[in-house]
Amino acid sequence: MTVSGLLEHGFREVVLSDGDREIDGCYMGDLLSWVMGRAQADNAWITIMSNLNVVAVASLADTACVILTEGVELPDDVRAAAEMRDVNVLSTDLPSYDAAVLLSTLI
Amino acid sequence: MAEPLVFHFDVDGSDFTSAGQASVQIKKSLRQLGLPSEIIRRVSIAMYEGEINMVIHANGGVADVIVTEDCVEIILKDQGPGIENVEQAMQEGFSTATSTIHSLGFGAGMGLPNMKRYSDTMEIDTVVGVGTTITMKIFLNQ
Repeated sequence: MTVSGLLEHGFREVVLSDGDREIDGCYMGDLLSWVMGRAQADNAWITIMSNLNVVAVASLADTACVILTEGVELPDDVRAAAEMRDVNVLSTDLPSYDAAVLLSTLI
Repeated sequence: MAEPLVFHFDVDGSDFTSAGQASVQIKKSLRQLGLPSEIIRRVSIAMYEGEINMVIHANGGVADVIVTEDCVEIILKDQGPGIENVEQAMQEGFSTATSTIHSLGFGAGMGLPNMKRYSDTMEIDTVVGVGTTITMKIFLNQ
């Protein structure tokens, strides 16, 4: 499943820098150092965090995309940073658990 | 490459939200050098954790990255408060960060453990009241 492919299953586009990127697994968490320690490259990262550091962590940890859950919105400056650093960001109103369950049926 | 490549950064201690600029720049530079993506990932995460630590605890510092034929060496130097108990600081979950830092998603007590996790060697030289220097090496041929 590609990042763009998720858009056909209810996930919304926030920043799409590389929609063709393949998703290989998922990591869910809001503590950024846990994400950097445990998430694998090409994972979809499910989180409710939406500050600037999220963009840096997603970029450095090389995740396939960030998925913001619970209807969390991305502030404009964070959106701009994500665009600049080619970080894919999607969103959904689903709680994190439900988003992960849906994702597991797709990837 | 015959001569080592040296990158130097000043880490601004005043702006937590923009911390990571040095790590992002290093990631770009290592990509341009054609290093394997997993090596780049390890270097940039280890360095980012160090940068964040310098901003949270030491009001910034300096970072040097030295790239040779067989190794990427990261040297992070600050003039912060030093680490009182290194063994304790190395334990996952131990943190002295404030609630503000926690609300930003940091301060989980994983910074130093992650730096160790992603480097092949790590040395901590710290003196309370004087500062801390951390040297990490990531070998290219392992």
